[in-house]
Amino acid sequence: MALSSSHLLGLEGVPAEDITTILDTAKNLKTILDRPIPKVPTLRGITVVNLFFEPSTRTRISFELAEKRLSADTVNFSTSTSSVKKGETLKDTIRNIEAMKIDMVVVRHSAAGVPYFLTQCTDANIINAGDGRHEHPTQALLDMMSLRDKWGTLHGKRVAIIGDVRHSRVAGSNIRGLVTMGAEVMVCGPRTLIPPGIEELGAKVSYNVDEAIEWADALNILRIQLERQEKGLFPSIREYHAEYGITRERLERAKKELIIMHPGPINRGVELDSDVADSDASIILDQVTNGVAVRMAVLVLLSGMDSSQE
Amino acid sequence: MEVKVKATIIDAHGLERTLNRLAHEIVERNAGASNLAVIGIRTRGATLAERLVKKIEQIENKKAPLGILDITLYRDDFRRRLKQPTVQATEIPFNIDEMNVILVDDVLYTGRTSRAALDALMDLGRPASVQLAVLVDRGHRELPIQPDYVGKSIPTSIGEEVQVRLRENDNEDCVLLVEAPKEAE
Repeated sequence: MALSSSHLLGLEGVPAEDITTILDTAKNLKTILDRPIPKVPTLRGITVVNLFFEPSTRTRISFELAEKRLSADTVNFSTSTSSVKKGETLKDTIRNIEAMKIDMVVVRHSAAGVPYFLTQCTDANIINAGDGRHEHPTQALLDMMSLRDKWGTLHGKRVAIIGDVRHSRVAGSNIRGLVTMGAEVMVCGPRTLIPPGIEELGAKVSYNVDEAIEWADALNILRIQLERQEKGLFPSIREYHAEYGITRERLERAKKELIIMHPGPINRGVELDSDVADSDASIILDQVTNGVAVRMAVLVLLSGMDSSQE
Repeated sequence: MEVKVKATIIDAHGLERTLNRLAHEIVERNAGASNLAVIGIRTRGATLAERLVKKIEQIENKKAPLGILDITLYRDDFRRRLKQPTVQATEIPFNIDEMNVILVDDVLYTGRTSRAALDALMDLGRPASVQLAVLVDRGHRELPIQPDYVGKSIPTSIGEEVQVRLRENDNEDCVLLVEAPKEAE
């Protein structure tokens, strides 16, 4: 089974068959993580550079673990320790790295489109680990994997994405992927945090969290970035919690079992209450485990594809 | 895809007899079925392993644990093939430490699959021994691998292919010698 592209830049335009291949492969690779020796030799001799122009802990660790589980050699590059600080351009950075014979690049950058730009200056397979507000495809894939584990299918299921949709690449990738897989998606948050035109991606919009809870089978709750408040996008943390925070009380009113997801790190007591985050309905830690499996699948599947011939 | 069949090497009855003999040889060499595990290589090796476990149970009245090994991630040509093989799961729901493992495959050819399977097994534990059982040995080894139990040795040429067809996978039991399809993967 091969994918239709040798890069993973986003989930926009990725066909359902590719998503299914990635999720199926991830499911099989996940069994490796429970073995006494959780390592296979598949990517021996492949060098992967983790190019993080933006701080990240869990995504970088998750990718690094996935690479190590597959026996790839890894190099880490982050802005705080790199020559980008000395004024080197992005293109020069990647050119230099390529001269060191790198096979795959995992990239995170605050500007949308950087992963695409990199495909134009190197032959390596490019994997987007988050670009600006645009996409974070592996996060959406691990979210879909976690939901599929629970439901068996995504088709016809209803997922509500709650919170700061406007600044969220997680939301961008999730909407695209879920819609492709036949799920229904609703985004919900204060008007200031819902971008205009989001309906064009195929998502419904609600500004009332109780309505979203009533409608949905699963809630994917986004992290509220506290610095947004300073920009006046919502009046106060307390008010956000009162209007949009996911509390036990709100969920009990819905009188049904909802799946609770969060990409982390959680602001406990802001977008999500502790007792909900730690309840049986929460699959937040499954998401973390699945994240390693999904990234392994993406690495394995892309490594078989020659990007110089596209 | 149409392939040209040159000969039927083993028919349904023959296959049954061959597997009966292999089962007897396995329990003879291992003095019974205790401490024995049978692990088949996907896809048809797994089917054969399942049949051998049943036959061993009939002889010894003891069911040896059955495992399925997927070697895709251990292949030495994983990144070189035009068509990427699908990664499937290894299903070995028991500890292989100190077990006598019978590794089952349908056709032994270059020995590269067996090499990959041995690596995959060693990552799962430390068996007391690994013995290789194959339905057909067609020669042309590229690695120093030798089977312990052989259904049938058939001299073949490189331009030929041995096709094992099993009821569970292909709706019939037989082993065919066919002309290798030209260059297509």
